[in-house]
Amino acid sequence: MGDIASLILKRLGLGLITLLIISIIIFFMVELLPGDIAQAVLGQGATEENLAALREQMGLNDPAILRYFQWLGGALTGDFGESVVTGERVSAVISDRFVNTLFLAAYAAVIAVPFAITLGVIVALLRNTLFDRVANVLTLTSISSPEFFLGYILILYLAVKAQMFPAIASLSGDLSLGELLNRTFLPALTLVLVVTAHMMRMTRAAIINLLASPYIEMARLKGTPPWKVIVRHALPNAWAPIINVVALNLAYLITGVVLVEVVFVYPGIGQSLVDAVSKRDFPVVQACCLIFAATFILLNLAADVGAILTNPRLRHPK
Amino acid sequence: MGLFVILYFAFLIIASCLAAFYEKRGVFMMLFSLTLVSFILGIVGGAGALRFIAIAAAVLAFAAGISYAFKEFLVIIAPRNTSKELKTAPLTAAFGMFVIFTYAIAGIFAPWIAPHGESEVISSAFAPADANMLLGADQLGRDMFSRIIYGARNTVGLALLATLAAFLMGALAGLLAAVKGGWFDQFMGRFADVIMSIPSLIFALLMLSIFGPQIGVIIVAVAIIYAPRVFRLTRAVAGNVVVMDYIEAAKLRGEGDWYLIRKEILPNSTAPLVAEFGLEFCFVFLLVAGLSFLGLGIQPPTADWGSMVRENATLISFGDITPLIPAAAIALLTVAVNFVVDWMLWRSSGLKEQ
Repeated sequence: MGDIASLILKRLGLGLITLLIISIIIFFMVELLPGDIAQAVLGQGATEENLAALREQMGLNDPAILRYFQWLGGALTGDFGESVVTGERVSAVISDRFVNTLFLAAYAAVIAVPFAITLGVIVALLRNTLFDRVANVLTLTSISSPEFFLGYILILYLAVKAQMFPAIASLSGDLSLGELLNRTFLPALTLVLVVTAHMMRMTRAAIINLLASPYIEMARLKGTPPWKVIVRHALPNAWAPIINVVALNLAYLITGVVLVEVVFVYPGIGQSLVDAVSKRDFPVVQACCLIFAATFILLNLAADVGAILTNPRLRHPK
Repeated sequence: MGLFVILYFAFLIIASCLAAFYEKRGVFMMLFSLTLVSFILGIVGGAGALRFIAIAAAVLAFAAGISYAFKEFLVIIAPRNTSKELKTAPLTAAFGMFVIFTYAIAGIFAPWIAPHGESEVISSAFAPADANMLLGADQLGRDMFSRIIYGARNTVGLALLATLAAFLMGALAGLLAAVKGGWFDQFMGRFADVIMSIPSLIFALLMLSIFGPQIGVIIVAVAIIYAPRVFRLTRAVAGNVVVMDYIEAAKLRGEGDWYLIRKEILPNSTAPLVAEFGLEFCFVFLLVAGLSFLGLGIQPPTADWGSMVRENATLISFGDITPLIPAAAIALLTVAVNFVVDWMLWRSSGLKEQ
């Protein structure tokens, strides 16, 4: 087991380095701003004194490297500085919203993962039948539709016409869990539709790939019943690709959530990112970008580690 | 039970009997299972559900018919070699080509097709549809139909430019990396890894927040985000070509890198690259549409599908589907490109086994 641990540690280290490089990109990208942050915040009409005061307040007179380390140190302890528009602590604004976003993503994932994998396996077993063709066209359509299209269609039919669910996911006040699930159902369903389509296609491809391998052919030829071929021979080897598919699609959820939150006016971190971008509130933008990128990398890392754990061949890299 | 329901079932049963008589098993199974499903749906949903099925089937048949006719048309006008290939195209690919063709016509001839200008205010806000305005007016009283036509030019044009930029950057870097190898190859590979580990929409938002939502910035941002994917594919494809004997021979003849890329490697890796261009276009198109939906794409008053959906979204709460038409236009084009790409991949690779 020793080499597994070291292999996983190596992956984690690689992930950390990637994250560090990304934090550098996110921080120094803002330095590329024509003029500087103070100029961008106050606009063209700012007086020299105002600019100087804001620069002093934001610590812009220090060299960029020093500020980067201060920012990174703060970010590690959960402190992302102050919003330049409202003056609030960024961490105070974001932390609740981050929990909301995680809730939405988890809600969608809990529905989508079992559903998509079951459907993917079924479609792989029924490949080249009419059912498979129809599923192919449907998933392709779902992938090709922008998230806001699916979201508004659901609003139109389930909220406006059928009046089954609320169209706007406001989370104000104390809500029981049932009420909460009801209010966030439409945004979650939108995410489920997008992610299920991706996950189904990837599961189908992985299983078909597997079913084409010689040892499955061998099992069939020696007369093993079909269900046993799947359960005993195919499934143990299918875990690796399936875990990979799940982790990659959860990472995909992270970006899909931004558009869905805007459509449903859901108080999540994606919404605050979009607001901050249009208001040019750089500390908030940086914090949100860092959080999204970190989650994305973490999930990709989980995919790698899962693949290593379930596939012994990866434990002995050439 | 109205006349419609009787006609509906009579048609289905006669058609399935005919299919069975002429031993078209697939058609028969489809028609007859549709009949059985309709029995249940008819009981549950009444004539409305059956009408919906009939309309959906008619739309499908119409799409299939037009794709078939368009395919035959292409086969006739195309030169001999191409038309041989086109004959093997499935209906879905023909449909894709038809849709792309339609969008191209709408985009190129927008000023002549659209009855009004894209930013011309001709009526009151959210005026209903009439003979003058096919789809009614938007939130400022501009003609929705004209704006959708102009959107084909602006939105698709922007996505196309951005894809081209990403493709040129990525493919050039990939080819150079394959030819040069060594530290350049290593460096570009790691660089691509880092860029690809940032979620694309987030990275785009970061860049737009800094440089502002101008068209040039959008194109550059999208190019930076998607070039690494193209780079990886090109590097992989060209990597297989570079080890061939004829490349060795060309090197021994003393040909330069540029000659190798242009005359030896590119002609042998066009098929996967063209398919990748289609896929890449889909990604870019969806990203650009998402950005403009967030109000960070093409700025008003230029017509643009993503922002049109956002601006008219209030209409949806009144049960009006007009704001969804631009979104549907985005989805339709992406599906169409995917259909064509599927066919090209199937043709050029070993995916035939599936």
